[in-house]
Amino acid sequence: MTLRKHPLLLLAIVALFGVVAGLCTYTFTYAQGFSYFSNDPQACMNCHIMREQFDGWQKSPHHAVASCNDCHTPHSFIPKYLSKAENGFWHSKGFTLQDFHEPIMIRQKNVAVLQQNCVACHEQIVDGINTHPGDPKKMLDCLHCHREVGHGPIR
Amino acid sequence: MNSSSRFSDQRGFAVWIYVVTLIALGVAAYVALVFYQNIVDRKAEAKQDVFRVVEVSDQTIDPAIWGKNYPRQYDSYKRTVDTERTNHGGSEAFQHLDKDPVWRRIFAGYAFGVDYREERGHAYMLLDQKETERVTKFKQPGACLQCHASTLNLYINEGLKAGVPPGKSNWEAQIQKGFEVVCKMPYVEAAKLVEHPVSCIDCHDAENMNLRVNRPGFLNGIRALAKSDYPTPHLPSIERWRKDGRKGQYEPNTDATRQELRSMVCAQCHVEYYFKGEGKLVTYPWDKGLKVEQIEAYYNEVGHNDWKHKETGAGVLKAQHPEFEMWSQGIHARSGVSCADCHMPYVREGAIKVSNHHVRSPLLNVAQACQTCHRVSEKEITARALLVQDRNAALLTRAEQALLGLIDAIVAAQKAGATDAQLKAARDFQRQAQWRLDFVAAENSMGFHAPQEAARILAEAIDYARQGELAVARDTKAPVLAATP
Repeated sequence: MTLRKHPLLLLAIVALFGVVAGLCTYTFTYAQGFSYFSNDPQACMNCHIMREQFDGWQKSPHHAVASCNDCHTPHSFIPKYLSKAENGFWHSKGFTLQDFHEPIMIRQKNVAVLQQNCVACHEQIVDGINTHPGDPKKMLDCLHCHREVGHGPIR
Repeated sequence: MNSSSRFSDQRGFAVWIYVVTLIALGVAAYVALVFYQNIVDRKAEAKQDVFRVVEVSDQTIDPAIWGKNYPRQYDSYKRTVDTERTNHGGSEAFQHLDKDPVWRRIFAGYAFGVDYREERGHAYMLLDQKETERVTKFKQPGACLQCHASTLNLYINEGLKAGVPPGKSNWEAQIQKGFEVVCKMPYVEAAKLVEHPVSCIDCHDAENMNLRVNRPGFLNGIRALAKSDYPTPHLPSIERWRKDGRKGQYEPNTDATRQELRSMVCAQCHVEYYFKGEGKLVTYPWDKGLKVEQIEAYYNEVGHNDWKHKETGAGVLKAQHPEFEMWSQGIHARSGVSCADCHMPYVREGAIKVSNHHVRSPLLNVAQACQTCHRVSEKEITARALLVQDRNAALLTRAEQALLGLIDAIVAAQKAGATDAQLKAARDFQRQAQWRLDFVAAENSMGFHAPQEAARILAEAIDYARQGELAVARDTKAPVLAATP
């Protein structure tokens, strides 16, 4: 009822909504936002921080069978996109504000995801072992020994 | 009245909604643009990190000019003025002779017995050399400048003056000739011809920024090493050159990989050396290999003594700063880790990755220096490194005491009238013990570059010192007593 009394104000707000939506869409597209919904490893390199990890992966034993998401995000749909959203938020924050720890290091939470994914593919061999993914005290970390499978040998 | 007040309340509320919505949308638009600009910046950084605003060439010595093209590297290079102590070293010019007075006796009769200050950062190398009493109170040759100033241009210009033809193809001939000329000049004369400490040109080719070695002492030394059979698994290009039939000379600038050059540019100076002959040519004693006893064997063969020990009369050697030699014995070298990996680790500035030209102790920058490979906490890494160094320091103290024991024994025997013939074996032991002790003490890592090797060398130092004491007792025993049945 009140809006009807102020048509110009209404128009201004609607117009501003449009401007904001346009700006956001443009920025999102410019930042290749849609690539983050893909499985393409190039997306992880958009911000140039992951270049070493990407280079290492290309020369690693796993590059023919697993891409970034296969190891670093959960395999089922909803947890996968939740994980992408959460990590995406922290990555964007870090890269925009430049306030992250160097060298970058995986968080414990994501180590558990990795571990689950190792087991998911290698189940036939390791199903006799309970590796306790996610429990830092008990976890039998595959990567403790097989550190080179994902990103190749470390210098 | 009641209804009209409700009406005005509603109206006031509606206006506030408009205002808040407007502000929120305005802020959202602002943030979206700021974010957009940030992404534009990062993308631009990723595309181009070098913008040449001035031309630099082999003749450009002043690092400030290079700094216009490479501002990030130059900024960190300038930070080598920083002074910071670590547990066992650092870059503060404290006087070793006051901290550990034993060294006054160990260096008795030598310039180092007068002034033995800790090195400061790269920025001070020329200033500190001009000021040390080893240079002001003793006559030194221009040879010293090879590693205390940016001398590449000086060498080239002196080489051209001495008649070497110009042109890039004669680059090394010019350097080598100029080197010969400058080495034998008096220090004071030569020092007038240089003005900068180590500069960009000393490690980089101006044309393409490739790493490049140019110090004649190093070029000659590494070629001598390549010609030997000393195994160099940490320098695979040397092994490759040998396997390919040792054709011509080993050429570090074309044969070595970039990763090897990231150590070799440092090895141009952070090495053991001596001034050879009358020409005072800076020479790296690597003909037989890089280990302490191989270098000693070389010195014995060429009959080199650095000085005659004032208290004991033994012909002794001074170890310089054999970081490259010690690193070569360690696990990091063996794993392909270069000097620059730990002392000039990569840092990120936005989307740009640059190597940190603030060369310093990795202990002052553990995250970037160590954590790239060692995925444990900084505290843990520091604790492990300090453990290695503390153990080495403890062994070093024992070796110092052992050497002092031998010096005391020889001095006492001399006072009691022992002859040179009687003391020959003991003095030889002093030379061996002192060389080994100094090799570890002068090396700038407190054993960390190769902990096991440092411990082995110190164990030998202690053993030789104590053997020397036994030799004094044995050889100066009165013959009457020896003949007694």
